[in-house]
Amino acid sequence: MASNSSGGGSSDRQRIAQQRLRIIAGHLQGRVDGDSTILAAECKAQGSQTDVSSEEKKTVPRRRQEIMKWNGWGYSDTKFLFNKKGQAEFTGKRYRLSGMIMPALKEWFEGTFGASMQHKSLATPVLTSSAVQPPILNEAFEEELKSTGIPSSHDAEDRVYRAHGHCLNEIFALREGKVGRVPDMVVWPNCHKDVVEIVELACKHDVCLIPYGGGTSVSSALECPPEETRSIVSVDTSQMNRILWIDEKNLTARVEAGIVGQDLERLLNESGYCTGHEPDSMEFSSLGGWVATRASGMKKNIYGNIEDLVIHVKMVTPQGVIEKSCQGPRMSTGPDIHHFIMGSEGTLGVVTEVTMKIRPMPEYQKYGSVVFPNFEQGVACLREVAKQRCAPASIRLMDNEQFKFGHALKPQVSSLFTSFLDGLKKFYITKFKGFDPDRLCVATLLFEGDREKVLQHEKQVYDIAAKFGGLAAGEDNGQRGYMLTFVIAYLRDLGMDYYVIGESFETSVPWDRVLDICRNVKARITHECKGKGVQFQPLSTCRVTQTYDAGACVYFYFAFNYRGLSDPVHVYEQVERAAREEILANGGSLSHHHGVGKLRKEWMRETISNVGMGMLKSVKDYVDPKNIFGNRNLL
Amino acid sequence: MASIAVYSHRDPMLKKRDDFEDILEERRNSSDLRYALRCYAPVLYKGVAPCKSGMLKSMVLQSDQLHYVINQLSKETGRTTADVQVQASAILEEMAHCLQLSTVRFFAFTLCKVFKTLFRSICVNEEGIQRLQQAIQEHPVVLLPSHRSYMDFLLMSYILFTYDLSLPVIAAGMDFMGMKFIGEMLRMSGAFFIRRSFGGDKLYWTLFSEYVKTMLKNGYAPVEFFLEGTRSRTSKSLTPKLGLLNIVMDPFLKGEVFDVHVVPVSISYERILEETLYARELLGIPKPKESTSGLFKARKVLSEDYGSIHVYFGQPVSVRSLSEGKVNRCQFNQQPRHIPRRTGEDINSFVNDSAYRLVRAQEENMVLAPWVLLASLLLQNHHQNQTQGMAVDELTAQAVWLRDVSRQYGAFLHWPEHIPPSEVVSSSLSLHRGLVRICEGRVQLAVEPAGAPAGPGEPHSSVTQEEELLSRAVTVLSCASYRNQALHIFVRPALLASAIHTASSCQKQEVFNSFSFLRNMFSNEFILCPGATVQDFEEACYLLGKTGALQVTQQEVLVTEGGHRTLAFLSNMLDPFLQGYQVVCRFLCEEVTETLTEKLFIPAVRKFIIKHLLEGRLRYTEVLSSDLQKNSLAALLRIGAVRKVQGVEQATLKVNRVMVNSLEDTLGGKLPTQKAVVARL
Ligand SMILES: Cc1cc2nc3c(=O)[nH]c(=O)nc-3n(C[C@H](O)[C@H](O)[C@H](O)COP(=O)(O)OP(=O)(O)OC[C@H]3O[C@@H](n4cnc5c(N)ncnc54)[C@H](O)[C@@H]3O)c2cc1C
Repeated sequence: MASNSSGGGSSDRQRIAQQRLRIIAGHLQGRVDGDSTILAAECKAQGSQTDVSSEEKKTVPRRRQEIMKWNGWGYSDTKFLFNKKGQAEFTGKRYRLSGMIMPALKEWFEGTFGASMQHKSLATPVLTSSAVQPPILNEAFEEELKSTGIPSSHDAEDRVYRAHGHCLNEIFALREGKVGRVPDMVVWPNCHKDVVEIVELACKHDVCLIPYGGGTSVSSALECPPEETRSIVSVDTSQMNRILWIDEKNLTARVEAGIVGQDLERLLNESGYCTGHEPDSMEFSSLGGWVATRASGMKKNIYGNIEDLVIHVKMVTPQGVIEKSCQGPRMSTGPDIHHFIMGSEGTLGVVTEVTMKIRPMPEYQKYGSVVFPNFEQGVACLREVAKQRCAPASIRLMDNEQFKFGHALKPQVSSLFTSFLDGLKKFYITKFKGFDPDRLCVATLLFEGDREKVLQHEKQVYDIAAKFGGLAAGEDNGQRGYMLTFVIAYLRDLGMDYYVIGESFETSVPWDRVLDICRNVKARITHECKGKGVQFQPLSTCRVTQTYDAGACVYFYFAFNYRGLSDPVHVYEQVERAAREEILANGGSLSHHHGVGKLRKEWMRETISNVGMGMLKSVKDYVDPKNIFGNRNLL
Repeated sequence: MASIAVYSHRDPMLKKRDDFEDILEERRNSSDLRYALRCYAPVLYKGVAPCKSGMLKSMVLQSDQLHYVINQLSKETGRTTADVQVQASAILEEMAHCLQLSTVRFFAFTLCKVFKTLFRSICVNEEGIQRLQQAIQEHPVVLLPSHRSYMDFLLMSYILFTYDLSLPVIAAGMDFMGMKFIGEMLRMSGAFFIRRSFGGDKLYWTLFSEYVKTMLKNGYAPVEFFLEGTRSRTSKSLTPKLGLLNIVMDPFLKGEVFDVHVVPVSISYERILEETLYARELLGIPKPKESTSGLFKARKVLSEDYGSIHVYFGQPVSVRSLSEGKVNRCQFNQQPRHIPRRTGEDINSFVNDSAYRLVRAQEENMVLAPWVLLASLLLQNHHQNQTQGMAVDELTAQAVWLRDVSRQYGAFLHWPEHIPPSEVVSSSLSLHRGLVRICEGRVQLAVEPAGAPAGPGEPHSSVTQEEELLSRAVTVLSCASYRNQALHIFVRPALLASAIHTASSCQKQEVFNSFSFLRNMFSNEFILCPGATVQDFEEACYLLGKTGALQVTQQEVLVTEGGHRTLAFLSNMLDPFLQGYQVVCRFLCEEVTETLTEKLFIPAVRKFIIKHLLEGRLRYTEVLSSDLQKNSLAALLRIGAVRKVQGVEQATLKVNRVMVNSLEDTLGGKLPTQKAVVARL
């Protein structure tokens, strides 16, 4: 529908704004309603009788499994599959790509992984409750909790659902119907006060609490420590999802921490505002989760990362509530206590309310893309853009493999989804200009702001790109790239149906090491796969997703066909571990935004030094001496 | 004693080696010109185009590293950066190679002719070539040939050209530059030149290392250099030099390349062109300066038969896997990589260990001719009964025995199986007829001037005793250099044999202490990997046990009935070195005054040794080798028995007499090894 969206004009502008809104909010089935949710509401959890009608407006119900997969990514009604004709198809109605056929995907999939339609590895369809350990009950705690009226559950499905994030090993085990240690109980606080009560009771009765936001963790942060003998209670914040107030004078909003990204944006958009914080997981990840993991959004160049967006945080700890006394935009009052909270990964307490910066919705948005003859030139261009501090809202550079992958996801008929190369006159790039299709790479761009400035900005960026041999490659390609962000997460489940497992991981690295780290980590993955007996060439690719003054964020994707391996997850973990070692050896950080969790804990000491560890430990010891928040992340 | 099981060594005999192919054979049957002019299209690293030398130079001149150092120098000295820049360009000009295919073709053509007259065959393991070809495509490659002759690097390039492989860029010593024309020719065939010493010259060092790294990182050409630094005059491998190895490993350690593959190459000459030249040099008869005319004088060399050359391209070694668990690459994350920094201890010891491993890898694939065994036997015989020599039959029988022993120790012996041993022996003797005399069915070293006086034109009478001794020594040292080719096979068992000999009992710990002492003493003399005492001991025990010479139990090391012969042979092999070190000790105790400068050490010790030899107090003429003298001094310095005191002009040697004395006695078996100084087994 927007194949010629470069037309300009105010109707155009509106249309783009709407379209953008729809991309973000469009997963909801027309449940956009009035301003009823934006009110400084009282805590709703006082009676067990909850307001059903307002419950319905939320994306995330208490029984998440009603709309979401229990053993894969995203909504139950949405998935990739190869249909009877062997064509890849994306089911459901939620996304722009939903219901479409991607004819090139099968060939790419088979060619890249050596996978075959004949060799399937389907998931166990339903969870057998016998696989789930009976809960360890703390009766005194439950007794008192009941009297507060806060809803809770011992249901096996509810518990299993909160026992994992989206690491490969977690999902792989679920697909095989294997369940380890799971929470013994799930509670759904409705507001800050509920949380205070829960934490008090937990301290009193020595119960282990694990905060649960959107469950999108990719660091094994939600995994229950198998050695935990106390009763584990998962504190699901999803029902704390209201915007408490909007302050238009200061452009801030007070929001409950359980709200998920898409609801937050949708509700703010209704009032003409946005936070601009858009992690790729924003459909499901929560504000509290972002704070707890130091999340980063795609458009951080304009809006900032979570640490730039947060003005005030309230967190309930075993020692009481921690918060600042005012909403001042910056303070010199010793080390910033927010920085103990941000990145605490649920080890210190539950974040309940956050004041965030908001911005008026952008007047104008424009996508774009640039093709470079090779990755080196692309990186050089991004570096220059960062140097001139003119990065668009988002700029991402895909390597050649990802460029091809994006090509393979091209749907069959749609003006928007014209072939990447067709739209650009294929031969112009590959032949005429001497671009080698096996080396070229593409950067996708997103500009935001008022129209004049966007157009000016756009020109500046394209001029820089030209200096590095980059050719503007149209808006469609850019837009398609960004739209795929939400869809790509579903692809892993398809791979897993055909013996292909994979994962992505990220790092941040100084500019002068970007190329080296990309090359070496990709090569290391291939090298390790070979050494560990993987029979097929792995997919090992990367992209530069964020630029900073002093460096960049790099994302790696890696996947392989595990046929012939007796313990694929173990092999996978070894390779991922080696890749992380390689990242560290090449000057990359342990994590740019995914966090440490339990997956990357082993490298914490070398990352932050002995003294650093000691500092964090002493904070933990003071705040939570009984290790009530016992998920054992980080330290 | 429980550590025995920890080290499991591979049986060296089971080592699999590739077959050889004679590359001269085809040259004898088809046109050399066509060969030299044929299409040459080598595979390249990830398909990169080889870069012109001008481009390479400008990359080096534009590198961050160089800029940093230039700025620093300019700040330190007050010179303008432009000025330093000019100097940098000049240095680079002097250093850089300038590979030209036409010159390569010229060499290919000429060398064909030369090689065909000099050598019977040049044998190359083709599987090694294939492995190399593979490696070149996947990773930056460093070629590390052994260095026994001037011939080595021309030979290497010749072989690579023959197999259509990328021609290497070779680090060559500046001394070649003395020969103007040849120097430039070599430059055009891929050599680049480095000054021998540029210790503190930061600018030079930076240019040099950037030059090498730029080639490596971009994969333009394999880099070739000699790990031993210089030609070994003794045919023993030399203690590796670390400078260049450090440089080529650096891009990997800093993450600038995924990996670097290092390929040890073993070049074995059946007869070394420089044979007597080396012996003279070791004896202190001054070295002729390398000059073009000097090289042409070597033309008479062309009329002789030098047998075969074997070139074995070893398994490429991945620096990445070598370094696994040994270095922490994160240390380079704390500051920009172009700013020079002191290398960490872990890196120094990693490079050192790797260097030893690589030299051992070279040694392992050195092809030994039967003559090497004959030379060993003849030398021992020579020292036992100076005059009569050995009956040829006896020599043959012993050679066959030694052949079998050395094979069991893993020697890569080229002993033609289809020919009766007597013929193998006689043809070996005839190839080396300058070194042996056969008379009435008996063989001995040709130490007496064969009928004619030592030097033509010189009146016989003027030959002093000393001159006669030296001329005998030339033959002995030449012979010893062949024996030395086999030393890497025997050194560990020989150290054990000597240790058993000197140990006060056959208690294993006792023997190990002696072994460890000797090994430590000789670690400047032979290639013994640092810190591998226990492994070496285990290996020696294993080999001698396997061949039935020893019975090794938990507690004891016992020589078997049949083992005495082997053990005697082995200790005899080491004996010249043992005696030599003792004499040097004695010299230091008896003769050294306060003022012996380092420079005067060699002439003084030589004089002392000559005296001993002439007085009949010392058997082994080969102790006259300056190599042995230098090595023993280095060992004593390392151990701390001698100290270097930096004087106003020169360093003088300060001897700890008590210590040197006791070392001498321990070497002579008169004092038990001090337990405290050696590790427990
Ligand atoms: C497909 C996909 C894309 C992703 N893209 C991005 C991205 O672009 N940028 C990015 O930063 N991350 C991304 N992530 C990672 C993940 O979404 C983030 O870490 C996110 O912040 C987690 O939020 P959540 O609400 O899902 O938290 P959860 O997964 O539920 O929890 C994560 C951790 O935070 C703790 N926690 C959660 N809520 C609270 C609370 N209220 N108080 C205290 N502790 C709490 C939990 O105990 C746990 O330790 C992605 C993940 C996936 C699967």
